[in-house]
Amino acid sequence: MPGIEKVSIVISKGSLEGIYPGLIMANGARAEGIEANLFFTFFGLDAIHRKRHEHIKLATVGNPALHMATWLGGFPGISSVMTHYIESKMDGIDIPSIPEFIEMIADTGTGLYACKATVDLFGMSKDDFVDQVQDIITVGEFYEIAAGGQIIFT
Amino acid sequence: MSTITLAGKDIARTDDGFFEDPSQWTEDMVPDLAKSEGIEQLADRHWVVIRFMRSEYLTKGAGPSVRALGKSSGVPIKELYQLFPKGPAKQAAKIAGIPKPIGCI
Repeated sequence: MPGIEKVSIVISKGSLEGIYPGLIMANGARAEGIEANLFFTFFGLDAIHRKRHEHIKLATVGNPALHMATWLGGFPGISSVMTHYIESKMDGIDIPSIPEFIEMIADTGTGLYACKATVDLFGMSKDDFVDQVQDIITVGEFYEIAAGGQIIFT
Repeated sequence: MSTITLAGKDIARTDDGFFEDPSQWTEDMVPDLAKSEGIEQLADRHWVVIRFMRSEYLTKGAGPSVRALGKSSGVPIKELYQLFPKGPAKQAAKIAGIPKPIGCI
């Protein structure tokens, strides 16, 4: 059976736990010699936003797997504290920060694209995004780029 | 498992092409191993990476992932992918006769 040769991964969420899995999967695909593309849509655009991608937070509300009281998750500062905690754990096992990860993924030859509908909706432009973003594309163009491969939505 | 003949020796490899016994590897096998990975012309920079993989394996017991390779081999990630388009750590490990590097990043 032939292996997977190409993946296109959609990142649609702007939380730390919503962004990292897609980045890790794209990077891991390239390491296996698999062609990879990343398509950022909706709040996932924060991952490639020049000013925001250094400040991605862990979602502490509506996340039962954190095993902490729901009311505590919404307490001011909790999200920052939890984000800092998980980032220090990640650093310990050499997982790069999101800005560094985006840079590294671009170096692996992964294509990085922003979703046009969301860019229009949020009133953004190409200048809002890091240089590694190749283009702002429509969903139709995304399917053209993804043609012949697997599509993963996160 | 499969067996190939390199430099007059029978070499047992895993199904995905990694040496079963890294001690069987010698440098004169490199050009043939590289060719089977689609690398026809070995440049000095390929050798930097292959020798680095080998020495990391011999000192640490495992080859580095792409990220670790980019950080410590002196060859940046972009260039690593130009040298080894089908996955730098994986291809260089096969050519260096060491097991497949493990790690997700």
